Amino acid sequence: MSAQMIEISYREAVREAIREALNRDPRVFLMGEDVGRYGGCYAVSKGLYDEFGPERIRDAPLSEAGFTGAGIGAALGGLRPIVEVMTVNFSLLALDQIVNNAATLRHMSGGQFSVPLVIRMACGAGKQLAAQHSHSLEGWYAHVPGIKVLAPATLEDARGMLWSALEDPDPVVIFEHVMLYNRSGQLAADAGAVPIEGAAVRREGGDVTLITYGGSLFKTLEAADTLAADGIAAEVIDLRCLRPLDDATLMASVARTHRAVIIDEGWRSGSLAAEISARLMEQAFWELDAPVGRVCSAEVPIPYPKHLEDAAVPQTDDIVAAARAVLNR
Amino acid sequence: MSRLYRMPSLGSDMEAGTLIEWVRQPGDRLAKGDVIAVIETQKGAIEVEVFHDAVMGRPLIQVGDKVPVGSPMAELEDASAAPALRPATGIPATHAPEPGPAVAEAGTRTSERIADQAGHRIGHRAGTGTAAQRRRASPAARRLADARGIALDAIEGSGPRGAVVLADVHAATGTTPTTEAASPPRGHLDLAAMRQAIAAAMSRSKREIPHYYLSHDIDLTAATDWLTARNAQLPPDQRLLLGALLIKAVALSLDKFPELNGFDRDGHFEPAQGVHIGCATAIRGGGLVAPALHDADQLQLPTLMTRLRDLVGRVRSGGLRASELSDPTITVSSLGERGVDRLYGIIYPPQVAIVGFGTPALRPWVQDGQVVPRNIVTATLSADHRHSDGHRGALFLARVGQRLQEPDTL
Amino acid sequence: MTRDEIKTIALQELIGVAADLAGETIPGDAQLRDEFDLDSMDILNWVSALHKRLGVDIPELDYPRLVSLDATADYLLERL
Repeated sequence: MSAQMIEISYREAVREAIREALNRDPRVFLMGEDVGRYGGCYAVSKGLYDEFGPERIRDAPLSEAGFTGAGIGAALGGLRPIVEVMTVNFSLLALDQIVNNAATLRHMSGGQFSVPLVIRMACGAGKQLAAQHSHSLEGWYAHVPGIKVLAPATLEDARGMLWSALEDPDPVVIFEHVMLYNRSGQLAADAGAVPIEGAAVRREGGDVTLITYGGSLFKTLEAADTLAADGIAAEVIDLRCLRPLDDATLMASVARTHRAVIIDEGWRSGSLAAEISARLMEQAFWELDAPVGRVCSAEVPIPYPKHLEDAAVPQTDDIVAAARAVLNR
Repeated sequence: MSRLYRMPSLGSDMEAGTLIEWVRQPGDRLAKGDVIAVIETQKGAIEVEVFHDAVMGRPLIQVGDKVPVGSPMAELEDASAAPALRPATGIPATHAPEPGPAVAEAGTRTSERIADQAGHRIGHRAGTGTAAQRRRASPAARRLADARGIALDAIEGSGPRGAVVLADVHAATGTTPTTEAASPPRGHLDLAAMRQAIAAAMSRSKREIPHYYLSHDIDLTAATDWLTARNAQLPPDQRLLLGALLIKAVALSLDKFPELNGFDRDGHFEPAQGVHIGCATAIRGGGLVAPALHDADQLQLPTLMTRLRDLVGRVRSGGLRASELSDPTITVSSLGERGVDRLYGIIYPPQVAIVGFGTPALRPWVQDGQVVPRNIVTATLSADHRHSDGHRGALFLARVGQRLQEPDTL
Repeated sequence: MTRDEIKTIALQELIGVAADLAGETIPGDAQLRDEFDLDSMDILNWVSALHKRLGVDIPELDYPRLVSLDATADYLLERL
């Protein structure tokens, strides 16, 4: 059986995932700012309003706390809401709902209530949207027990993670990096749900493990190409799921390569990269042949000017340099 | 007090060697020059020697291990200190160990010796005494070094900030993480590897050495007549080959041209102590080795011939010695009977000159105003212009020609 | 001693001095110097070995007759 391939963008893959969910399960609905008539600020839900109507593609007022809370209530009431938050920056307004309610209710109710909610949000820099629309705060969410945090980077994951997230009885937060939406590629026409647990080795190599996720994956793969030209075989791991982290895959890789560099568009201090580095130290210390390297964003609010924005976030050259540094080559 | 016997460099093109055999065992006394092991290199199986009197200590690598040049292969104990390292004789094996002498100093030579006699090694054991400067080493390197029982201090670090990393420990212990392939049998020549070695050496030579070339036709009639007459009276195993005369003539002619006999050391010339002629020897099927005929200027021709036969035989069957590969001070390459008129050699670094002889042939030659057929060989000199000039090179080549006119003085 | 026996001895001694030829098939009429790359040292060693084995004196001037195994057998047969 050879799957037929179609050319598709990341944006379309997410849309197809939402469409499939709406078709498969009548309890599913999409809610967020401008997701309906406008088609979503990143045009992800374009056309769905016409197809599914205002009951299931619901435009929400400009109140992240309000509609996220409504989503939690709907989930508690038996529906399967998909809440879209424009960017992770705005999600801070809904942080109380997410952290204090969605993440806690199963535990505080002694398992009586679950919150099968999916929250999608855009994140990351690169579109010159300045400091209030460009940040990468995934690490903050990955800090919180009670929720799962996903970062689909590939078309397969963009297409397949949503359904699995909806199947999960607990809240799942999905981060879609803004620079991925326009990426196109080949995807099996019958692509569907994929597991949401576990990291994926996107490229095998024996010299250094490059650990990344989301918007930095393709920069990291490019860096691996550059390194390969110089005889350095980099293994690239796509975390996919930021909480819980797939320690086993990370440790197994580092046990082979003995070196690791973590590429994380979040700020270095208190970052997801810091967490991973700490785990490598805890679980793979005796395998390490060099200090763990990190490539993170500069510790500034993401700047508006293009050149400064580029300079602030991890780029391919930075990743190459960091890999060379741990190899001393 | 122990020293380390390290993988010797048998030429600038050698990067690593594979241990094929320990010729000597722990506890054996070794005199300077004794063969301690046989290693496989790109030039075949080579017997390697120790450079000073010693007692063979603990081997640090195993047969089949391939390690880079400079990696420790075995511990060598001082010859004078050796008796203390052996268990005292005369103690019946069934006796319980006697209480050792009181240990006055912790972490000292005394405790090391006692531990050594008891079969323990404390040299690298973490003690409670004053710690020395901690060696920067990666966790993985520390673990491997610990497992292999070698000291981090003995290892040079190549990692970030000079840290000892896994690769350094692998190098020091003679293991490679991926390739631990069995070594080819002794005597086997890996012609592909040899080709690589030649390629590396010759590329380096052409890249770095500004060669100048001289050519000189030499009348060999006197030499070949003398040789024929001499050989006619002798059984085959005492006969000489022309090649031996050529080597001797070059060796004797170098006395007035020390700038051609020695080594380039980072752009400076280092004259050689003796005249060790590298005898370029072709291998059937391709490949070339130029091992040293030591002190060729001092050898009588029959001895020189015997040594040459031995050397050529060992090039082809394996069993060259390390010093023979690393010692040549100048190379002589001779095409022999089946070749062409002349060859222009490429200098084998770090040497500074190579003398080439084409195939001798009857050619028209002017002698006493008459054109006469004579047995002529074209000799060439390729030399390093950084250390000598064409004028001196020409005088040298002319002198080689003169020496060959008086074969009985060779 | 027959010519064939002599030829066998000649081959044995040749391989004795040029061990790398052991796996080769050497036809009786093959030109040893050209086809099997024997040099003057090989020939000398071979002559020495034949001298020891058979007690035959082979003067240097006769070396050119040892062009092949057949020719060598013929030559040695004459000299024995």
